[in-house]
Amino acid sequence: MTIDATIPPGRDKSTGSVLNDPKVRGYIYQGLTLLLLVVFVYWVTDNTIENLKRANIASGYGFLNGRAGFDVGQSLVAFTSDSTYGRALVVGFFNTILVAVTGIITATIIGFLIGIGRLSKNWLIAKLSMIYVEVFRNIPPLLVIFFWYSGVLAVLPQPRESMALPLNMYINNRGLAFPRPVFDSGAQFTFYALIIAIIASIAFVRYANKKQLATGKRPPVLWIVLGMLIGLPVITFLATGMPISFDVPIAGKFNLTGGSVVGPEFLSLFLALSFYTAAFIAEIVRAGIRGVGHGQTEAAHALGIRPGLTTRLVVVPQAMRIIIPPLTSQYLNLTKNSSLAIAVGYADLVAVGGTILNQTGQAVEVVSIWIVVYLTLSLSTSLFMNWFNAKMALVER
Amino acid sequence: MAKRILTALLGAAVMGLGAQAASATTLGDVKAKGFLQCGVNTGLTGFASPDASGNWSGFDVDYCKAIAAAIFGDATKVKYTPTSAKDRFPALQSGEVDVLARNTTWTINRDTALGFNFRPVNYYDGQGFMVRKALNVKSALELSGAAVCVQTGTTTELNLADYFKANNLQYNPVVFEKLEEVNAAYDAGRCDVYTTDQSGLYSLRLTLAAPDDHMILPEIISKEPLGPAVRQGDDQWFDIVSWVHYALINAEDFGITQANVEEMKKSPNPDIQRFLGVEADTKIGTDLGLENDWAVKVIKGVGNYGEIFDRNIGAGSPLKIERGLNALWSKGGIQYAPPVR
Repeated sequence: MTIDATIPPGRDKSTGSVLNDPKVRGYIYQGLTLLLLVVFVYWVTDNTIENLKRANIASGYGFLNGRAGFDVGQSLVAFTSDSTYGRALVVGFFNTILVAVTGIITATIIGFLIGIGRLSKNWLIAKLSMIYVEVFRNIPPLLVIFFWYSGVLAVLPQPRESMALPLNMYINNRGLAFPRPVFDSGAQFTFYALIIAIIASIAFVRYANKKQLATGKRPPVLWIVLGMLIGLPVITFLATGMPISFDVPIAGKFNLTGGSVVGPEFLSLFLALSFYTAAFIAEIVRAGIRGVGHGQTEAAHALGIRPGLTTRLVVVPQAMRIIIPPLTSQYLNLTKNSSLAIAVGYADLVAVGGTILNQTGQAVEVVSIWIVVYLTLSLSTSLFMNWFNAKMALVER
Repeated sequence: MAKRILTALLGAAVMGLGAQAASATTLGDVKAKGFLQCGVNTGLTGFASPDASGNWSGFDVDYCKAIAAAIFGDATKVKYTPTSAKDRFPALQSGEVDVLARNTTWTINRDTALGFNFRPVNYYDGQGFMVRKALNVKSALELSGAAVCVQTGTTTELNLADYFKANNLQYNPVVFEKLEEVNAAYDAGRCDVYTTDQSGLYSLRLTLAAPDDHMILPEIISKEPLGPAVRQGDDQWFDIVSWVHYALINAEDFGITQANVEEMKKSPNPDIQRFLGVEADTKIGTDLGLENDWAVKVIKGVGNYGEIFDRNIGAGSPLKIERGLNALWSKGGIQYAPPVR
């Protein structure tokens, strides 16, 4: 009877029309909207299918098994012109992931550095960071891509006059060539050693945390972990007789041959997305740190905690709670902006899909694949970041 | 990206709408609109390119004008839709353009699965390679290891893959969507080789910073019959587009030019009389859905095939492409038209 109690006197529920009940009306409106939506979707689908039939255009996803017939310049998985259209889409998908993941990592690093830089007490660092943010935040990403592609990478020397960099790397207008590691038999042990070192490091950090809680003393974590991560693989590498050699790029007839090459298409897209998104991340970081009350720092200082530890243990964990949700949006933006790859000819999902669309004429199918893939990518990123956010959130006791 | 996908979805929906709203025949639509919507290249000197004031000219553009002249008696009643290699087919499929005159290769896939019709070939072309003279390459077989610039979504891209595979050569494709981007990349030295139809190479070489530093290799690695395309399912429209081309060829054959067409109407030759629609009780145009003097209008509008060729890409143009295969069959080429009878 709690509901009845909220009805004001003089408006007896039983005498009024059922249509006047706000709850019933709410259901009716929602039902109508849903019905309209279903009818609209049905009409669009039916109309499209009908018109495709009338135009004698073949439809369905069977074309994915057809021979692609074209080559892709840069590919993480094996691909030749004999592979299928489906595999070409996989190549594009991995290229999108590659540029998105590397871009997100670099953008985060640059963004945090610039964001903290803007709060620096050093006048020059603060102003330079501010200029960086204002410049990159206010230029469309496509222009940033063209700036790197046409303005920086295209004016590098021809392959025959490549600039030599340290470690046998070369840079020219065809991209960055670097030595490729060649793994001989026995190389896997070095890899295993690295994995063991990582697991041991995690275990040691946990042990250190426990010991600190129990005794108040913290073992020298950084040096021991570093020693394990570097020392163990190096010792294994030497012990197994140095099974990893390097394939070094050398000048061929047209281009450098040997080694690995990262093309200017990838470089320009990667650099542009990183620098562009970093400007937004910097602002988010600044907002996050500013959002932690000054009293927190003062309280930490009053307890005698050193400034470095104050930042690490008091300010940053609280700032992260403010930073993570908008950071997710920036990661999604970066992933979606990677479809600008088509402007510089980087073979991402949209570029490869566009080629397939044109060779097969299956426009509706290819567009539907794009939608599903980008939706999946974005939703996965969101899910991961939500989980991360929940982990970092304030644990209320 | 989300915005682009949404636009694409809406586009698909609108595409459905548009096709349903359209009346039965393309000719009826064009007449009702009062102009021909013609899909052309975004800018290929000699074939279709706009000048500084936005007026289009070129070999393909003259085909649009010829069709408009046949329908309206006025070669200017054309609106142009510049299309990239990738956009051109959806543009025709969705009904955005009435005819696609965009140096498009006739292939079985495009003729069947894509839902188009091709018939007349207005330019017999073949794919070639252009390189810098400084590379000292004399044959396409020496190109192993080269970076090759190519436009995406073309038969060129597929021929390239097939040719290098068949000859066991390595290459690194550098692929762009727009012709201008491919040109810029080649000119900037991003790649060693530029491949497209040979006619296109001659045209593009003129636009490079130093045309004389580049040479076109002798190999032709494919057959590229270029011609206008229309949607399937409208035979009358298909006939009109086809016969406009045949009229241009027949006119050259008869020696009828833009200058002498009025005079030729008085010719005693019954073939010419029939062709120009001056024969008594003729139905030479009405059977097509046009006026009987449609051929006169076409020739008055743009001249005959030879005139179009010379003016845009042949001896009278900066491109100076030989007639070669595109000469009349009576002069050593393979351009041939069925009789008007």
